[in-house]
Amino acid sequence: MISKEDSPTTTRAPEGGARVPKGKRRAGDVIFAGGAQGSGILILAILAGVAAFLVIQSFDSLMANTANFFTTSEWDPNVREEPAFGVAALAFGTVLAAAIALLIATPVAIGIALFIVYYAPRRVAAVLGYVVDLLAAIPSVVYGLWGIGWLVVELGPFYQILEEYLGFIPLFAGPISTTGRTMLSAGIVLAVMILPIITAMSRDVFQQVPQAHREAALALGATRWEMIRMAVIPFGRPGIIGGAMLGLGRALGETMAVAMILSPSLVISWFLLQSGNQTIAAHIALQYPEATGYGVSALIAAGLVLFAITLVVNMAARFVVSRRKEFS
Amino acid sequence: MAKRIDVSGLHVYYGDFLAVEDVSMTIEPRSVTAFIGSSGCGKSTFLRTLNRMHEVTPGARVQGKVMLDDQDIYAPDVDPVAVRREIGMVFQRPNPFPTMSIYDNVIAGAKLNNKRLSKSEADDLVERSLRGANLWDEVKDRLGKPGAGLSGGQQQRLCIARAIAVEPAVLLMDEPCSALDPISTLAIEDLISKLKESYTIVIVTHNMQQAARVSDVTAFFNLAGTGKPGKLIEMGETNKIFTKPEKKETENYITGRFG
Repeated sequence: MISKEDSPTTTRAPEGGARVPKGKRRAGDVIFAGGAQGSGILILAILAGVAAFLVIQSFDSLMANTANFFTTSEWDPNVREEPAFGVAALAFGTVLAAAIALLIATPVAIGIALFIVYYAPRRVAAVLGYVVDLLAAIPSVVYGLWGIGWLVVELGPFYQILEEYLGFIPLFAGPISTTGRTMLSAGIVLAVMILPIITAMSRDVFQQVPQAHREAALALGATRWEMIRMAVIPFGRPGIIGGAMLGLGRALGETMAVAMILSPSLVISWFLLQSGNQTIAAHIALQYPEATGYGVSALIAAGLVLFAITLVVNMAARFVVSRRKEFS
Repeated sequence: MAKRIDVSGLHVYYGDFLAVEDVSMTIEPRSVTAFIGSSGCGKSTFLRTLNRMHEVTPGARVQGKVMLDDQDIYAPDVDPVAVRREIGMVFQRPNPFPTMSIYDNVIAGAKLNNKRLSKSEADDLVERSLRGANLWDEVKDRLGKPGAGLSGGQQQRLCIARAIAVEPAVLLMDEPCSALDPISTLAIEDLISKLKESYTIVIVTHNMQQAARVSDVTAFFNLAGTGKPGKLIEMGETNKIFTKPEKKETENYITGRFG
């Protein structure tokens, strides 16, 4: 006879506590779990491998460098004796180009996504959706060609207007570059490039806003725009930020389009309408074929900085999203 | 504050499909009117036409007349947004805005009407609305916390607080307790009896006991048959509907012979 204390439930957990009785292990489950786990480890290994490669390969030149790597703008590592180079101007140019792109692209992308989801007639929305996805698939070299072949020319008059009316702001001060191959041109081309990514991500989150939340706003007497501001955008915020970060990642690392458009010089310049500045990625692409001495190692050091910038930006974005986690 | 609703000859269509046929009724102010009937008989659809929320559904349209006191809410020059500010709604599932705090949820609607709400006015409104929804004592120490962190019943009362903060004349409730446990349901029912002192309340419910407990007037809807439109079968004082209904269909439904 079993007393109440000895009921089967107490005998189920042995002294170890939370040990679950072992079920049959099926081959399919084991293979799949192993495969998934392996893939997960692989991505970490690749990331660690890239980081290690960058650190080790850049070590030589950083040790030999006679200038301060972080504060110097000149790039003169292609010698065996006393190389002097720094990443200051390059890092500045990279961040500036990406920031311009993000500043232009994000509001436009949110607008397009809202139009597709909430305003456009269904057929127009479907076509627009395709076009957006198509834009994302165009290789960057094509954007670069379009940028130098057409955009910089067409933007000329616009730049003149900017300089004429907003020239008192240092950003838009003249004399404006006659070729149009400026930081602002590069930023605009980058904005066009990252626009589809941000749009697609924003569109997806806007479509996921539950009907219940939209109706809640409407039932309070919200107009459509007020409904979007009250229920849709706050709900979609993490997705918008995620999309913007993907776009920013692409803008930071974009090589071809920038290399083709920008006429480079290694200075820190806030004048967006004058030629000058350079980004890390484009600099690596242009310098690599001619690198001698400590050149290659120095370029890898610049790559390491790009890697770090991307990492920091992404972590910052994650922090922003998670700070308000309980509200989503 | 509370206003009378007068519906005459209302048909509701989804595209070409007639969903609700020829409903006429008067809903008295400062009373609770319950809509009962089996699923799919059009009572929720009809409810949503009373504040033009059905217009959110593509293809939905109505024919007929709905008067709010002496204002035709379907008159061509009437903005549906204005109608909804006067006729509030509480939904089946509690739907506080997940991105807002309890405080912000309550004043969300009021902010739309009055952009320059001062801090002290807002504080007053939040307290008054939450007290009105019998929720103040439970949340007064955590107004800054997310509304989604409350229990289901509390969330529903938060939604009621949000609705009454706009100071509507009418409150429509679409099965407000169907996602709640019995204790929370009781809290909402108590609240409904209190709210009817200042508002016109219309509640859709699947629960006949609930209709019997909270309402003064009951309207029974039914389908004429599968694929046929829903209809108002009978409407009258709740006591009478549940004891001496005039129609055989009503009697069958409330005695549990179908539905």
